[in-house]
Amino acid sequence: MLKTQPMTQRIEARFQKCRQEGRAALVTYVMAGDPDPETSLEILRSLPGAGADIVEFGLPFTDPMADGPAIQAAGLRALKVGQDLAKTLDLIHRFRAEDADTPVILMGYFNPIYVYGVDRFLSDAKKAGVDGLIVVDLPPEEDDELCLPALKAGLAFIRLATPTTDDRRLPAVLENTAGFVYYVSITGITGAATPDFGKVATAVERIKRHTPLPVVVGFGVKSGAHAAAVAQGADGVVVGSALIDALKGTLDAEGRATAGTIEAVTGLVKELSEGVRSVAKRAAA
Amino acid sequence: MSAQAQPNSYRTGPDERGHFGQFGGRFVAETLMPNILELEKAYEEARNDPSFHADMASYSTHYIGRPSPLYFAERMTDHLGGAKIYFKREELNHTGAHKVNNVLGQILLARRMGKKRIIAETGAGQHGVATATLCARFGLECIVYMGAVDVERQKPNVFRMNMLGAKVVPVQSGTRTLKDAMNEALRDWVTNVADTFYCIGTVAGPHPYPAMVRDFQCVIGTETREQMMQAEGRLPDSLVACIGGGSNAIGLFHPFLDDKDVEIYGVEAAGHGLDQLHAASLSGGRPGVLHGNRTYLLMNHDGQITDAHSISAGLDYPGIGPEHAWLHEMGRVKYISATDQEALDAFQLCSRLEGILPALEPAHALAKVIELAPQKPKDHLMVVNISGRGDKDLFQIAEHLQEKIV
Repeated sequence: MLKTQPMTQRIEARFQKCRQEGRAALVTYVMAGDPDPETSLEILRSLPGAGADIVEFGLPFTDPMADGPAIQAAGLRALKVGQDLAKTLDLIHRFRAEDADTPVILMGYFNPIYVYGVDRFLSDAKKAGVDGLIVVDLPPEEDDELCLPALKAGLAFIRLATPTTDDRRLPAVLENTAGFVYYVSITGITGAATPDFGKVATAVERIKRHTPLPVVVGFGVKSGAHAAAVAQGADGVVVGSALIDALKGTLDAEGRATAGTIEAVTGLVKELSEGVRSVAKRAAA
Repeated sequence: MSAQAQPNSYRTGPDERGHFGQFGGRFVAETLMPNILELEKAYEEARNDPSFHADMASYSTHYIGRPSPLYFAERMTDHLGGAKIYFKREELNHTGAHKVNNVLGQILLARRMGKKRIIAETGAGQHGVATATLCARFGLECIVYMGAVDVERQKPNVFRMNMLGAKVVPVQSGTRTLKDAMNEALRDWVTNVADTFYCIGTVAGPHPYPAMVRDFQCVIGTETREQMMQAEGRLPDSLVACIGGGSNAIGLFHPFLDDKDVEIYGVEAAGHGLDQLHAASLSGGRPGVLHGNRTYLLMNHDGQITDAHSISAGLDYPGIGPEHAWLHEMGRVKYISATDQEALDAFQLCSRLEGILPALEPAHALAKVIELAPQKPKDHLMVVNISGRGDKDLFQIAEHLQEKIV
């Protein structure tokens, strides 16, 4: 089994810390290069202080088939200012130079990684301080492409489980998953419907019967209250589109950052963090 | 190009994971995987069920109007002074293009699977019209995603779809053309997995679509074989077809792939020219992953998909079906390209010599027939697939010709 690899240590340590504090983890998603590289780096740097436990950095892609309008637009803003995979890894390198503990997850689509070259990407991502990967268009059926090479290289490959992943399919989805499992709360795209939190809790219980890994929940979480609702059952709560909406609301007519941009994101992260921290969970041994 | 070992047969792909060589596959979000597997199983069952084939045959004859004629284009042959040119008349099908062959198969499959809601993407609108038509015939809900730019340049087809009771959704994201329509259709499918059947219009997308759509289109080549045997007592010497995603081309080519003496030409859209904006993924692209499969794509250094351009909305796509990518690398099919201007010229020549207005898509194939036929002897039998009729393009063509006159 490839379950425990050196590079998942930061992820494991972070979940361990959250368990000791008797709460769920807050996982935040922002897009690399949105609205410009330096601002996105400043946002990334400010997230842990605002209450984020794990940070996901989005890889911009022209054709994000599982994303809603907010993340689509964020990706296009980043591409417009010239963001690419090499520059994104550079930003993570700079983040890691100042923060040795916060796990960084790269999330995106396969084509930019494939074109960069899988081996070269894994080596550069590891050097930059990336801990894990979420690649939306690589189901278990395509594990040879990136998942297995990533595990071999010591990077966690974090799988998405969805409401359509039934008990028969779940073992295949979990088999090569490392770090944590990301449960997609709805059948749909990012930033769309708000899930039925009762159903989500049931689904998380179902997944936890199949794996010892932490299960985090994302898609449709927009506020501190939503985060608290998800935190009841899940080990972590992922928020993306809502943060990007908050960022977008501060941009000027040309789509550039303004004085309020970073604060708009960190302000919402603080609210989400309070939501997560309002739910006391039994502290783990 | 073809350093790889040649297979015993070119007609056995894909493998069980949907690969044609390194191309194809199932690069989709987890939410869709159960649906893709369900579709694969349902298609396998249908393929082995004689009653499914009987239904296909019956509707093909009485609703679509098959077989489509193989017509000797005598005046074009005389004019070009070389190969004997035959038109495979797919433009005479109900709804005016080859697209309906595939849609019939997928809609009959959707009925078997109990799916009541059909979604589709469309570029030129021919696949959208065919889907709207079959949905009307079988009383199914139909939603067609179409890039806002294409909605503008293919208005007659938008109106046709509306008349047929379909809902046309103009897609405003990205470049607002076919690739974005496909993204939006995939987003719809991810959201409505339980009751929805995604009717893909070309030989692209995740496995099993490239193989399934090809199988439904192979009627073109199978008929051509029989018709040519009847007309000339032998197989053709060459085949020519235009390629966007490549469904009309693979439908004509596939039954001939193992006939080594048959030359096969696929014609991509070179737009303003291969050194400028175009839609020729094989001539100007490289391997990447998009819309569920690995294939040749137009993209930048970072794997970001770049704008395709063709005067023909049906060819305006930055990718190509994975089986074509494989046939290209194996060297079995020769992929060439025609510019917007060459297609316009061919459109006019065909209209005046044969009294047939071809769509701008097969006008690209005709453009290369004009180039190839004079180089061949008079006993060379050349078949070109007239995959659709030109009525939908008349406004656009008028606009282009006027620009030139002024």
